[in-house]
Amino acid sequence: MKMRLTAAALAACMAAGPALADLVFPDLSYRTGPYAAGGIPFSDGYRDYFTLVNERDGGIGGVKARVIECETGYNTEKGVECYEATKGEGALVYQPLSTGITYQLIPKVSADEIPLHTMGYGRTSAKNGEVFKWVFNYPANYWDAASVAIKYLLDENGGDLSGKDITLLYHNSAYGKEPIRTLENLAEKHGYNFSTIAVDHPGQEQKSQWLQIRRERPDYVIMWGWGVMNQVAIQEAANVRFPMENFIGNWWAGAEHDVTPAGDAADGYKALNMNRIADYPVFDDIQEHVVDAGLAAGDGSNVGKVLYTRGMYAAMLAVEAAKTAQEIHGTADITPAMMRDGMEALEMTEARMEELGMPGIGPEFSVSCSNHGGSGGGIVQQWDAAAGEWKPLTDYIQPDQEVIQPLIEEDSMAFAQENDISLRCNES
Amino acid sequence: MPEQFFWGVEVVLNGLMAGVLYALVALGFVLIFKASGIFNYSQGVLALFAALTLVGIMDGQVPFAHLINAALGTEIHHFGWHLPALLAILLTALVMVALAWAVQRFIFRHLVGQEPIILFMATIGLAYFLEGLGDIMWGADIKNLDVGLPQGINATIDEVTYEWFGYGFFIDNLDISATLIAAALVTLLILFAQYTKQGRAMRAVADDHQAALSVGVSLNFIWIMVWSLAGVVALVAGIMWGTKMGVQFSLSLIALKALPVLMLGGFTSIPGAIVGGLIIGVGEKLFEFLIGPMVGGATENWFAYVLALVFLVFRPQGLFGEKIIERV
Repeated sequence: MKMRLTAAALAACMAAGPALADLVFPDLSYRTGPYAAGGIPFSDGYRDYFTLVNERDGGIGGVKARVIECETGYNTEKGVECYEATKGEGALVYQPLSTGITYQLIPKVSADEIPLHTMGYGRTSAKNGEVFKWVFNYPANYWDAASVAIKYLLDENGGDLSGKDITLLYHNSAYGKEPIRTLENLAEKHGYNFSTIAVDHPGQEQKSQWLQIRRERPDYVIMWGWGVMNQVAIQEAANVRFPMENFIGNWWAGAEHDVTPAGDAADGYKALNMNRIADYPVFDDIQEHVVDAGLAAGDGSNVGKVLYTRGMYAAMLAVEAAKTAQEIHGTADITPAMMRDGMEALEMTEARMEELGMPGIGPEFSVSCSNHGGSGGGIVQQWDAAAGEWKPLTDYIQPDQEVIQPLIEEDSMAFAQENDISLRCNES
Repeated sequence: MPEQFFWGVEVVLNGLMAGVLYALVALGFVLIFKASGIFNYSQGVLALFAALTLVGIMDGQVPFAHLINAALGTEIHHFGWHLPALLAILLTALVMVALAWAVQRFIFRHLVGQEPIILFMATIGLAYFLEGLGDIMWGADIKNLDVGLPQGINATIDEVTYEWFGYGFFIDNLDISATLIAAALVTLLILFAQYTKQGRAMRAVADDHQAALSVGVSLNFIWIMVWSLAGVVALVAGIMWGTKMGVQFSLSLIALKALPVLMLGGFTSIPGAIVGGLIIGVGEKLFEFLIGPMVGGATENWFAYVLALVFLVFRPQGLFGEKIIERV
């Protein structure tokens, strides 16, 4: 009797606990608070893709993916709490969608040996895999974005920016200050006059900044914003009649909700993007297997939007890395360390993206031991207010690695020295 | 005249306009503090809730649609109407009155006689509750608010000043509307407080709760009325800020802009809120214009508080606040 009771208790415990074979992908989301408008579509896209893979393909390599959502409110402390609360579940990779949380997690994931993927945000110099073994930021980073913007402007101006005035309007935070050094170095190389204007958090009041822009009339304004700063800046640009086609946001200032509050006045505003927006065949699958089946993370209204597509793209890259890890290690039940190997061996080709029903969604790139940042390509898109959609203006523009790479080396090596990290990738 | 001078004048004018927007938020704090001694932490969230409700009513959005659909398996999101702005504003004002009743009935009626810090903590709880309620009722996406207020540069001022001075001044049409509406609102509030029975009762309660009670003034009614007025002021602030930046959850952070205004103008004076707003608006804009470029810019947020602190050193009760003298 005692044996039977013990066996029953053990069975109950196993049934109550997580299924051992699940592949766990935490989703550090923010569906509440001032930044929810950006956090919700990203999280919806992220979750829906895993649901699609489970429903349509039976999981990753036959093993179901399990997404654990944890609300951070875009708050760094809560983000760390979420990490601590979920890492014990067997988390394979973290994508926190916050530079602040990323900086706090870098030492933690390195100690816990769990990969961290910060796609287009976070610590730029984490591209150097020789120093940052557990951190990845493919397909592109902030400095790539700055360079892509300048390369686009070079194309617009017949390859010559000398004498042009370019102003960076930035969120007065570590995130907003990220591109300054790169843009300064690029100014030295291309001869444009570079100036900066800071906007304090959260950025609801920008009259002073736009009066300054009205007085100084720079040829171009590049914006590094997030949240309400974007909507106010676009409205104020329209108010002072700054030409929208000369106003370019980075890829965190180029979603639908950034432009729609300004209405028709936002027409012509440009933004970078690391993932092209299109009517991908994969959306039909999501509609059929996820939305119509009542399994969507949201109500399905975000499908196809900029940040939904980016969240889905982030999930796709995680799934592809997990598959690569399964192939490398010959097991479907992978560990975080195996996942890291998969991420480091990831190769995204056009053929593979087409096969997945999302042709051209991102640049082609491959990850290696020393390059955790991919190719760094980005496109420029323009808002068409009448049609209510973003239209891509360019193909993927490659950043100027001649300027960026030395900066990455310098910053990552300083980090390695400070933290006594020995370099990897020099086996050969 | 040198161009710098005209730029300075333009900055001052825009500072005055920005100050009016700050004052609109500060007014709500003043009304409640004056009548009940409660520092209402939830005033910014009230503005957010009012703006969310206004857009929801205007666009015919079904409140709690996600909950309803999840529970009943339906797919209802809209009623299918689009109401005129004025009607939607009136309906939203009624919602704010109902909210005022609920706040009084379910929270503050049970806290009569408690320490001010307890009442303040209750408003913190109310702020988080209302933020969550707004999210569940109307969703967290950014909503466009268009009640017909014009936006963008005022072409007439631009052209006339260009003709006169050779430099066209930038004044935002929305700021002009905000100034006119705020002036009308303050006039109405002052007239209400001075010349109506309820207004006099409100002032009596503000002066001395117990004395007001002894002559038959209903504290319950006055507090509901004051919270309703604060709700309507929050609605006006929500309309102005929501038109400018879209109705989104960061709208509640506009309360941060009102705090230095209150410190400067005093917590108990309606004219103080207006004058405080104007001083803060002009002060922060001028500082950013003159000193900002030397220190890397983005000075407005902290300078507003520094300015308020400087005033506090000389007048702890604020410019228009009542001096508290306690005799022992």
